[in-house]
Amino acid sequence: MGELKLMKGNEALAEAAIRYGADAYFGYPITPQSEVIEYLSEQNPYERTGMVVLQAESELAAINMVYGAGASGKRVMTSSSSPGVCLKQEGLAYIAGAEVPCVFADVVRGGPGLGTIQPSQADYFQNTKGGGNGDYRNIVLAPASVQEMCDFVALGFDLAFKYRMAACILSDGAIGQMMEKVVLPDQKPRMTDEEIKAKYPWAINGRKNGTQHRIITSLDLDSAKMEEHNIHLQKKYKEIEEKEVRYEMINCDDAEYVFVAYGSSARIAQKSVQLGREAGLKVGLLRPITLWPYPTKAIDALIKKGVKGFLSVELSCGQMIEDVRLACNGRVKAEHFGRVGGIIHTPEEVLEAMKKQIIGE
Amino acid sequence: MTVQDIIKPENLVYQKSKLLTNKPFHYCPGCGHGTVHRIIAEVLEELGVGDKTIGVSPVGCAVMAYDYFDVDFAEAAHGRAPAVATGIKRVWPDKVVFSYQGDGDLAAIGTCETIHTCNRGENITMIFVNNGIYGMTGGQMAPTTLEGMKTATTPYGRKATLPAGAGFDGIPNNGYPLHITELIARLPGTKYVTRQAVYDPAHVRNAKKAIRKAFENQINGKSGVNFVEIVSNCNSNWKMEPVAANKWLVENMLPEYPLGDIKVDGKLVEK
Repeated sequence: MGELKLMKGNEALAEAAIRYGADAYFGYPITPQSEVIEYLSEQNPYERTGMVVLQAESELAAINMVYGAGASGKRVMTSSSSPGVCLKQEGLAYIAGAEVPCVFADVVRGGPGLGTIQPSQADYFQNTKGGGNGDYRNIVLAPASVQEMCDFVALGFDLAFKYRMAACILSDGAIGQMMEKVVLPDQKPRMTDEEIKAKYPWAINGRKNGTQHRIITSLDLDSAKMEEHNIHLQKKYKEIEEKEVRYEMINCDDAEYVFVAYGSSARIAQKSVQLGREAGLKVGLLRPITLWPYPTKAIDALIKKGVKGFLSVELSCGQMIEDVRLACNGRVKAEHFGRVGGIIHTPEEVLEAMKKQIIGE
Repeated sequence: MTVQDIIKPENLVYQKSKLLTNKPFHYCPGCGHGTVHRIIAEVLEELGVGDKTIGVSPVGCAVMAYDYFDVDFAEAAHGRAPAVATGIKRVWPDKVVFSYQGDGDLAAIGTCETIHTCNRGENITMIFVNNGIYGMTGGQMAPTTLEGMKTATTPYGRKATLPAGAGFDGIPNNGYPLHITELIARLPGTKYVTRQAVYDPAHVRNAKKAIRKAFENQINGKSGVNFVEIVSNCNSNWKMEPVAANKWLVENMLPEYPLGDIKVDGKLVEK
């Protein structure tokens, strides 16, 4: 089982989509994730599995193609990077409202605006707090390796279809561009049209004889029904918060001070933990794998176990720190450290920040 | 003779298409949308494709078209219906997919999606209802609003350039009525492009024939957009009674947007 390869994160994401049996990819080139559509185009998945790959005229068009194909019960993916994901937010709000399953990847670059093409984690707000209009959530998975870029495609699709919503793979320019070994899963067959019709009765792919037509919409002008729909969505999100939180703890058993970091920052912080332990500091790492739902309870448990402070390490001016602080609720110190503009912090400066901002002299 | 004596199967000469639901239209009395809906439903029923048709509704007056057609339907974001239809058709190439859009949706906010869907030659049917005004939002200027036409955002009439006086004449203002249909007819990806109307029975029959061709082409073909523009009215926002609105349409809209086939079987019609 599995095939060992050396791949870029973006390529692993693309190959994983083919092997998962995805039906379509709609995208628009943007650095640093253009390898996704380039790899897919080169692989000719239409011949490999029947998977459709289409370069859209814009990110707006791409996400709306995803909306249409996802609404018809097919497994559809798109990917982009920060400014492109802004354009997709319109479609993502409709996808949330109309409960269309899909997977999208954001290989984050620095902002705001055109920003830089260098890695960043400043799209945390954009992806975990909405981005489009209305009260909605997307499941957000944060890969910290090329292997996870691959694995989270399958996980993303499984969750997206389980809950009928968008699953975001929130990566960054570093994870997307770096090459690592990756164990690729075996090729899964694409679902047949009959299987899709049987499994997803809500999907719009032609009425069944004698049955009523299906409608995919986010609109209802009846306020009572719209409130009911919103309550239904919130119930679903609540269930996900209960069941789908994923995280990793490293050296947290006896830790007094904990780094909280995801994606590429988690890899750096892991080294900082090692350096700290060598220096006799009881430091650990909490790596959220799901950024929404957030591992709030894991932070709570660490506080109850005696952790005295948290340092949120992000390639941003401080976004995830808000969720860390919500979890801490004032009980212990929680601060942010991060370099921005495309600069990646070193393990040494991250450890230094922990000493200075949290542990104190 | 009682009413019950008359309502007998052998006396039936006309009935609502089975592909229209029983939900009453929300459209204003006198509006063309209801007629366009009816003839689309009749065509789909006659072609026997009700079970394999997927429609895409716009943002605008026809946003709830999904409530009236008894076929599967997706409601798209403003202007994105061609992209949504592309997504569906690409993964279900054997289904019959159509988008239904107004002028603001198709020719303003969705121009990019319109042009590129046509340019890719997606094998879909696009229905474009052009009444030269934004209906749903209360009568603002559309890209197809005629020059001189008064709307909520051109209360003194649409002026392509600023009028003489105060030294501003000739400065760009509201621009010109956009002939999107002629524009997309020039693209190699369009197969059948036509402009029709539904203001009287003869034109309803012509429009139905055109819509039928636009769906037949899709069913029998592999690629190429089949595009039907319907020049329609908006008596509410034109602030006219229905009959007056139709008269105004003939006298003002049709000279700007002449009826007839623009492209047939991938070839521009010579005029």
